Amino acid sequence: MSAQSTAHSFKANATGAMADAQLTGNLKAVRQNFIDKRAKAASELPEFEALRENAKEIKNHTLAHLDLYLEKYEAKVTASGGYVHFAADAEEARQITLDICRKVGAKTVTKGKSMITEEVGLNAFLEANGVTPVETDLGEYIIQLRGEAPSHIIAPAVHLNKEQIESDFRRVHTHLDANRDLTEKTSLLTEARAVLREKFLVADVGITGANFLIAETGTSIIVTNEGNGDLTQVLPKVHVVMASIEKMVPTLEDVSQILRLLARSATGQEMSVYTTLSTGPRRKGAFSSEVDAGSREENATKKEARAQARGDVDGPEEYHVIILDNGRSAMLGGEFQDMLRCIRCAACMNHCPVYHQIGGHAYGWIYPGPMGSVLTPSLIGVDEAGHLPNASTFCGRCESVCPMKIPLPKMMRHWREREFERNLNPAIARYGLGLWAFFARRPKLYALSTRIAMKAMRLLGRGKGRFTWLLGASAWTKYRDFAVPEGETFQAKWKRERGVK
Amino acid sequence: MPVESLASPDQPGAAPRVALFATCLVDAMRPTVGFAAAKLLEDAGCTVHVPPQTCCGQPAFNNGDRQTSRDLALQMIAAFEPYDYVVVPSGSCGGMISKHYPELFAGDPNLAGRAERLAAKTFELVSFLTDVLGVTSVSATFEGRVTYHDSCSGLRELGIQSQPRKLLASVQGLSLVEMKDNDVCCGFGGTFAVKYGEISDKIVSEKAVNAQASEAGTLLAGDLGCLMNMAGKLSRKGSAMDVRHVAEVLAGMTATPPIGKVTPDAAAKETTPRGTTP
Ligand code: SF4
Repeated sequence: MSAQSTAHSFKANATGAMADAQLTGNLKAVRQNFIDKRAKAASELPEFEALRENAKEIKNHTLAHLDLYLEKYEAKVTASGGYVHFAADAEEARQITLDICRKVGAKTVTKGKSMITEEVGLNAFLEANGVTPVETDLGEYIIQLRGEAPSHIIAPAVHLNKEQIESDFRRVHTHLDANRDLTEKTSLLTEARAVLREKFLVADVGITGANFLIAETGTSIIVTNEGNGDLTQVLPKVHVVMASIEKMVPTLEDVSQILRLLARSATGQEMSVYTTLSTGPRRKGAFSSEVDAGSREENATKKEARAQARGDVDGPEEYHVIILDNGRSAMLGGEFQDMLRCIRCAACMNHCPVYHQIGGHAYGWIYPGPMGSVLTPSLIGVDEAGHLPNASTFCGRCESVCPMKIPLPKMMRHWREREFERNLNPAIARYGLGLWAFFARRPKLYALSTRIAMKAMRLLGRGKGRFTWLLGASAWTKYRDFAVPEGETFQAKWKRERGVK
Repeated sequence: MPVESLASPDQPGAAPRVALFATCLVDAMRPTVGFAAAKLLEDAGCTVHVPPQTCCGQPAFNNGDRQTSRDLALQMIAAFEPYDYVVVPSGSCGGMISKHYPELFAGDPNLAGRAERLAAKTFELVSFLTDVLGVTSVSATFEGRVTYHDSCSGLRELGIQSQPRKLLASVQGLSLVEMKDNDVCCGFGGTFAVKYGEISDKIVSEKAVNAQASEAGTLLAGDLGCLMNMAGKLSRKGSAMDVRHVAEVLAGMTATPPIGKVTPDAAAKETTPRGTTP
């Protein structure tokens, strides 16, 4: 079982969210913080569009040869002294993590921000098994204090305001002076830093996600703005990376292309503050022969030789990578493969008019917004998550900003097709659609019936211009008026005025 | 205004034969938009034809009913393929034909070609006038400030943004003021508006606020679905703002009252019992 879902009650979730004035107020930050910045960053890079196309091709190529790259990656990690574990599902991923923790007798693990560990429900599982997970990303730390799931994939606490966070800190950090001043954002940050600093030092295992896994070198990359990820993976004895199969990218050069899109699309930064590469555990020192000065190239060789002789000065003693499938391999080669190009930049939800109104929790599972509306049914089933791909206006803004050019509306439509084929949509909707289709397939009958219907509607609405209530259209008129038709249909009037042309 | 290169691709020298697909909404609700489109096309030197028509199939397509979408697409293809061009006063229906019909029949040896050919000669009205016919101005007058909402499919599927603004700039007496978030969805989304009415309502409410804040007297757009949604919300809020399809203004056909409104005359006429003379 992956993390719990309430996606089936999407409508009720959304209603609750929209009725929460504090939440809808807080959600304004999504629009304010991301949209203009992304637009500016994209417009300032002349090759932005070319990079998108390129990044799409890199990922398409990788996905087409994913098995080969996974093998190559595994071999590289192993050669550098690390361990690769393949987890078919959430349960396996959790168990592998726990086994690693138990082997080293871990009591506390620190965690960098990771959606994958959220997906597999890692924290609750570790806790239930006597290992305390501590989230070290500020947003993740806050929602951990509140016992919540992230509401956004790069800004997990975006649904909260400063005052809410302050009261959580006061509730939990009872060892601190009750009269301290926490009105400034920076004071909240400083406090979180101080509290977390202690945790970093006692952690036995550090768990991070990965933005990319590089097959060529066996490297995992995390991209952060707070630097907490670095401390998470460098200080403890053991570093565990948990990542899903589609994080694979062939080469360092490929990653450098995609990185140019990631931060720009996410936060509008050119690069995030930290881009951290880790390749295997700390290298131990080894005896090395004398190296002479020479050309530049030789100098580089010399440097590397010296490092080998001396060993790394920091880094974990053990390095594990858990590669999670959890339903993704079934997406390969099918209608939803394109979704596996996603680099989790969140641009799609930042630009989504539906997300803006309801926030991330209403979607009911780990991944909100347009990317979640495609991915969630793939991972937990369309029976559970059937609302998500339907709750879109197909405005297409998500696709237009997606750095990986993922055709999100088209894939939501594919989900609707599957639901239709399986009779999963409401009977009333099917019936309405069927009745309409019956007429629409018969142009003569259609022309006649619309002529009569529009005349009748005009009579019904005579002198008014609009209906405030209309039989059979109450789902519309509950919120807005319905215009009274002109009365004659276009085709009838055209025929009358122009004859048949 | 007709440009010199204007000619039927089949018969050089002859006026292009344009089949007007009014869309099911315009056909039923607001024929004025169809007549406005016809006038604009005729002014630009086209001959306009109205083949028997129902719906392009978009509601079925977006609700996952591929079979019905295909049936309706085929019906459209058969009725409209004899003409030089198909012109649609709607970005979303235009996009359905030009972008999605080829998807519906991809890989079908008999129909893919026909779908592609129809797609290639199908255009949204305003982009047809400007991008294909090279029209740069219209001869219409409209006194007042208007604001323009960029409907999603037209904007993002068909790249319609500067074209309507260019033509509106040539309308005598009209001044265009842009509203905040003019490129953000109005919350219509076809059946979304009724299936997820509450969310749709929140989105269109914001749109109404932005439209009103522009202080324009009239809100324009190129898709009747969006227009009915926005007009419905504005009037529910008690706003006096007028809402019209952009073609009505460009064609100078604004005698028909704005969407959801009646002129006092018409109201009086319609409500007077038969046989009594006022
Ligand atoms: S779907 Fe595209 S826009 Fe959305 S998170 Fe993934 S990469 Fe970013």
